[in-house]
Amino acid sequence: MLAANLDPVASSIFSMLAIVSLVLAFVMLGSRWLNNYLYAFAAESWVIAALSASVGYYGGYPELYLVAGLTGFFRGLFLPYLVWRIIYRLDVAREIHVFVQPSSTLVLGALCTVFTLTVAYRVGESLGLANTVAVLALTVMLSMKLIGFLMLTVRHEALSQILGLLILENGIFLGAQILVPGMPMLIEIVILFDLLIIVACFGVLVRYLVTHVGSTSSLKLRRLVG
Amino acid sequence: MEAGLLSILISAPLIAAILCITIRSPRVCEAANLIAAGIGFGCAAPLAVISRNGPFFYWSGYVILDMTGSWVLLCSAIVYLLASIYSVGYMRMLGRDEKLWGYYALFEGFALTIFVSTIMNNAGLYWIAIELTTLVSTFLVGFERVAESMEAAWKYIIIVSAGISIALLGTVLFYWAGSFVLGPSYDMTWSALRDAAPRMNQELVILAFLLVLVGYGTKVGLAPMHTWLPDAHSEAPAPISAMLSGALLNGAMLGIVRYLEIADTAGVGSLARNVLAGFGVFSLLVGALFIVRQTGIKRLMAYSSVEHMGVIALGVAFGGILGTVGALYHMLNHSLNKSLMFFGAGNAMRLYGTKRISRIHTFGETFPVSGALWLAGAVAITGAPPFGLFLSEFVILRAGFQQSFAWAAGAMLLLLIVIFVGFLNHFRAMYYERTPRHEATDGGTALSAWCVTPMWLAAAPLLLLGVWWPAEIWEHLVAATRLLGGAP
Repeated sequence: MLAANLDPVASSIFSMLAIVSLVLAFVMLGSRWLNNYLYAFAAESWVIAALSASVGYYGGYPELYLVAGLTGFFRGLFLPYLVWRIIYRLDVAREIHVFVQPSSTLVLGALCTVFTLTVAYRVGESLGLANTVAVLALTVMLSMKLIGFLMLTVRHEALSQILGLLILENGIFLGAQILVPGMPMLIEIVILFDLLIIVACFGVLVRYLVTHVGSTSSLKLRRLVG
Repeated sequence: MEAGLLSILISAPLIAAILCITIRSPRVCEAANLIAAGIGFGCAAPLAVISRNGPFFYWSGYVILDMTGSWVLLCSAIVYLLASIYSVGYMRMLGRDEKLWGYYALFEGFALTIFVSTIMNNAGLYWIAIELTTLVSTFLVGFERVAESMEAAWKYIIIVSAGISIALLGTVLFYWAGSFVLGPSYDMTWSALRDAAPRMNQELVILAFLLVLVGYGTKVGLAPMHTWLPDAHSEAPAPISAMLSGALLNGAMLGIVRYLEIADTAGVGSLARNVLAGFGVFSLLVGALFIVRQTGIKRLMAYSSVEHMGVIALGVAFGGILGTVGALYHMLNHSLNKSLMFFGAGNAMRLYGTKRISRIHTFGETFPVSGALWLAGAVAITGAPPFGLFLSEFVILRAGFQQSFAWAAGAMLLLLIVIFVGFLNHFRAMYYERTPRHEATDGGTALSAWCVTPMWLAAAPLLLLGVWWPAEIWEHLVAATRLLGGAP
């Protein structure tokens, strides 16, 4: 278990990067402008790439450098570019349909984080890893999950739903780098490509939504009920 | 031999899809799809028999052919074949010849991803296969390109992707739990996880299992994660609804079965089974409530799928020989029956030009043959004898009372009665109520043989499996259950 016997420098670097990406998730949660989501998402992906590289360096997993490169390129550049293209084509600059104010959403996000900290601490304790970076990794992983779901719930714009889904994935990827750095690379790469296909599919669907429904707000999707 | 069959099974839909994309002639696409489906069934049936001598591993262990997987594969291949035959008739009625190649290419891709998911030996690759089924089928759900179907497609991809990402989190946590036993790098095969399970940390396994259950449960359509299901099933073309319901849901249930096995070995089986039973009962409850008050014909079938996935979940949760065998047998019966029901619903929709139950009337008199088959299917799907579902539900109920799940089995019994009354009441209205005014019929007054034949092909074995549970199938399923570790 890598997290159990790390030297303090590595442990602090990992913690810092994990916390920075959590903060970036909060930035996305608190912002009303789609462009800001996108920048925060790209930055978060770069932080995760840096994390992969540093785990590779301190843990002695050279293949993680490749994963870091791919993460930086695909998640940090290519995915944001794809989403940016969708935003540009749709010409929507900000989230118009907010039904919970960003400030209240931030409070909800904080509550989620506290909850996940409790869960992570308990699991960490039973594994004998209570005072290691593993607890933090698990917390960040789970709370980014909850924050992603929060975004999916309180935002109605199709694009912020896509970004919400991407945060869900980012959280898992981040946690996986610290907790299971030895995970076979095949899986990581396939999941990365899978993500690209998902976003491409979303792009096509969003265009159909505009043509056939006339809106990209999920508030308008209420024909099918019961 | 079995490796050859497996590669033919996988390459048939792949080649057919490539043909559809390159040739694009509607009749060629139909033929290619039919042939691929025929080959699929022709390979899946012997594979299910051969798997008894297995499990077999191919491709350096990434592909597994085991009894449970090949059973689900067989169910999917049957639905694929039936839906392919029905597609010819249904899509001609729809009259979209210019887009037909895209439909068939996606259809074959959908079948391919479902087939692949049943034979994945690696938990991560299984997750990817399930994710791919979503991506391919989204475009099939939205195939008709009207506002309703786009809405259904959007809800489908968002809800299921979010759900399946929970399953990914669970998968990563399972890998983490295994890494304490097997070291930081290992192949995450089902058997590796199961062998390591007794030494895994139980709290972590509980957390991981619950995440996986909720994640794949979304795809299975267990309530309360089922919300995508009625929309997607009702808006997709009828053959796709049959595929979603009869093939895809089983493919995702397979993942839950495999992870439950790991949870059992890790010693947290009783909690896992109770949670699964809770989801099962809740699915039945939601199914019952929405079936009673349903107004849409295909939504009625969709909620019936939620109900039957609940029944299968209960069978798996009860465990033991009876529970698991009942659940596996129920998968086959449900696949046949739900195909029959969706074909009938597709015919009714086309003939009456409506999705609303209240506008369909005197169906049996107007269309005696397909009407009779559909009505027989409706009796069967509510679990009445002499059809296959009666037997499998009965076995699952017995398992419940035997394995001290009396609360769940009692609730299941009660809800099945409610569903029986509610479901058949809608059919009473569609068959025997005489509204004074005849609605205009849209899609012609006669059904082609392509639309009726698959109904016969589904109804006949359903009746047969109800009056006679072949000893070979029973023994096969018992052996599969023993291998799963569901019983001593």
